[in-house]
Amino acid sequence: MSETVLELAGIRKRYPGVVALDGVDLQVRAGEVTALLGENGAGKSTLIKIMAGVETADEGSYLVDGAPVRISSPRDARELGVAVVFQELNQVESMSVAENLFFGRLPRGPGGLVDRRELRARARDHLQAVGLDVDPGMRLGYLSVAERQLVEIAGALSQNARVIAMDEPTSALSHTEIETLFGLVDQLRDSGVGIVYVSHKLDELHRLADRITVLRDGRYVDTVRTSETDDAELIRLMVGRELTTQFPPRPEAAVADDRPAALEVVGLTTTAVHDVTFSVRAGEVVGFSGLMGSGRTELARAIFGLDRSTRGVVRVGGRAVRPGSPEAAVGAGIGYVPEDRKGAGLVLTGSIRANMTLAVMRLLSRLGFVDQARERAAVEAMIADLRVKAVDGDQRVATLSGGNQQKVTLGRWLLKDDLRVLLLDEPTRGIDVNAKAEIYRLVAAVAERGVAVVVFSSEMPEILGLCDRVHVMRGGHVVAEHGVGVTQEQLMESALGGTS
Amino acid sequence: MTDLTWSPRPSWARLLRAEQVPLLVALLLICAYMAIATNGLFLTPGNVLNVLRASSIELIVALGMTVAMISGQIDLSVGSMLAVVGVGSVVAYNMTGSVLVAVLVGLLIGVLVGLVNGLIVTRLGVNALITTLGMMAVLRGIGYLSTNARAVQTEGDSLRVLGVGYVGPIPIPVIIALVVLVVVAILLNRTVLGRYLYAVGGNPEAARSAGLPVHRIAMVAFVVVAVTAAISGLVQAGRLDSFQPTIGVGFELNVIAAVILGGTRLSGGEGTVSGTLLGVLILGVLSNGLVLLDVNPFWQEVVRGTVIIIAVALDEMRKRRRQRRFQEAAELPVEDAATA
Repeated sequence: MSETVLELAGIRKRYPGVVALDGVDLQVRAGEVTALLGENGAGKSTLIKIMAGVETADEGSYLVDGAPVRISSPRDARELGVAVVFQELNQVESMSVAENLFFGRLPRGPGGLVDRRELRARARDHLQAVGLDVDPGMRLGYLSVAERQLVEIAGALSQNARVIAMDEPTSALSHTEIETLFGLVDQLRDSGVGIVYVSHKLDELHRLADRITVLRDGRYVDTVRTSETDDAELIRLMVGRELTTQFPPRPEAAVADDRPAALEVVGLTTTAVHDVTFSVRAGEVVGFSGLMGSGRTELARAIFGLDRSTRGVVRVGGRAVRPGSPEAAVGAGIGYVPEDRKGAGLVLTGSIRANMTLAVMRLLSRLGFVDQARERAAVEAMIADLRVKAVDGDQRVATLSGGNQQKVTLGRWLLKDDLRVLLLDEPTRGIDVNAKAEIYRLVAAVAERGVAVVVFSSEMPEILGLCDRVHVMRGGHVVAEHGVGVTQEQLMESALGGTS
Repeated sequence: MTDLTWSPRPSWARLLRAEQVPLLVALLLICAYMAIATNGLFLTPGNVLNVLRASSIELIVALGMTVAMISGQIDLSVGSMLAVVGVGSVVAYNMTGSVLVAVLVGLLIGVLVGLVNGLIVTRLGVNALITTLGMMAVLRGIGYLSTNARAVQTEGDSLRVLGVGYVGPIPIPVIIALVVLVVVAILLNRTVLGRYLYAVGGNPEAARSAGLPVHRIAMVAFVVVAVTAAISGLVQAGRLDSFQPTIGVGFELNVIAAVILGGTRLSGGEGTVSGTLLGVLILGVLSNGLVLLDVNPFWQEVVRGTVIIIAVALDEMRKRRRQRRFQEAAELPVEDAATA
């Protein structure tokens, strides 16, 4: 058996309010590919960041060749031979390939100038080692994502990396590029490098990994040898958790099948969403599940008109909505709560009141003038209804907690009398458990009011607890539809696709 | 000048918490200093009216600029606009002898330039700084071309009412500035459009996800600031017998400086009419006082620049302190917990 080069043991990492990693172990052996598998939010990325020295663990040990070391910066990790290729590549597009390769350690010539000739020659050697045939002087920005990944790996090898971690490296690659990458991974393994491969594509793991370490909700679950396991076991390890009871009961078959559809989406296609068709009846809650990058958020944006669709129609109450116009979508009775609450949902410089009434100003004004008394009354009533923890409507939203901010964005649409469809993208992201339960209750209450609710979420328990029906997306397509009673395992299987 | 923010429940407590208090205190201190240093010359009614009249031209444009900057835009072409509107309205007046025609021509130029700026920014996606920097040069060039770079003489007296006339003891430019001030205050604080301007400037993505017509809102902002520049141009035309096409060089920077001094953020989403009024008055009083004190006029530039930098630095410090307080209260793990 090959030797263990890197070992992380008992790693704990807390962020305010959340335990991201709780006693996680990982062993990386020379000449082996160790895969890291887990749902979104399982803690894979945090673990990788700790490995890279970007984050520091609160507890636990970091051992290189069996000896404990202190890693407090990416530089420390690199000096010990640990390199990480992140999904978001850490490169300077406006500089040349060679300069990126030797970033921070450019060869010096006389007078402190960069020795260009030396730089090119050395860069060429390192690029050859990963089979990349580009001019080292070329601007990095002109390379494809796959080529840029190879540059990153070449950089790691040039620093004698003994462990290379790759965070979902194939998510942006084409089929042939993936094959090239796999070839390189095989070659690196044979040369004795320890590889950590993060992915949730099961077929890739079968192809590459020697061992698979599974994380779930920040905890270490198990490590299995790829040759001794199958998809069913992996999925069970990934999602095998009890559903908590924080969800409000859904009325049993309250939504009769013969009710007309409030929202119909037919053949909707954008650059990121392909030919999606579904419908939601008034009072129904329909979920869209899928892994990161499966096209959920893009579908929500397309329905709301934020992204221009190339084909397909969105109908509300049987009437087509003008495409590519959020204004028209709101006019037709659609409300939208975006995934990125602070970046795209709220005007952080504004008050609760200004944020809550933004979409319903027309109802609260006369001849273009705001009816301040009515506005104030409506907002105060909504604050009380939703139990937003705030002094009054004049308080700035920036001062609220995540859960209360989300209530404000929900309140924005609840104030809309003619709301018929509500699109919720990751409605409880970054919200603590208690506030989550409150948001779930609110969503159920909105549906009861006769609104067609669509929930887009990567959290499977949330989808299962909240929705009457679930669609699963992968690669921009809807790949499965499930009714009540579907399990996490089934959802995960649809979301992963792969070999099964 | 106390309740220009249209604070819904005006109370002294609320007013004292307002961000304008330091500015108001600064203004009063500067006035007191000038009054003492000039042996009371500063406070004579004649001089006070002088300060107000001189400030009104800047105030009118600063109010429009406040609207634009709140919505996240900016207009650098206001100085050149002053010149083009001045030349255009004087020529129109000379041809027709009608003040009304002159005013209409001036306002029309304003609306047109505002629309062009707005269309370039919203349709072509050129950012506001670049668009209006270009427009600034284009308009300045048009001003020179149309006059061969010579002064335009005003033939007749009636146009001068706009610049040097009085209603009772109050100069007409001051009255015009007050009217613009009230209109802009109502626009920003009482109308739906005002809410939209703040929202679009504060976070354009959020405005879009609430279904607001962000492009049309930006168009309005550009037209408002251009029209205020046109109004200023008309007042300026009324003040002078002969209108030079070089008028208003560097004017845009003075206006923006006053607006920033008044607490409006370059990044958009925040700003008040009362702050802008105070910003204009502080700079106006400073330059008037320095003239009375017989300080070398070049020092005025130095003082103006220093005041602005100090004011913004103090404001940033206060903001940072406040932000730290927020961060302690709110939770953070959004990114990592969700994307891990």
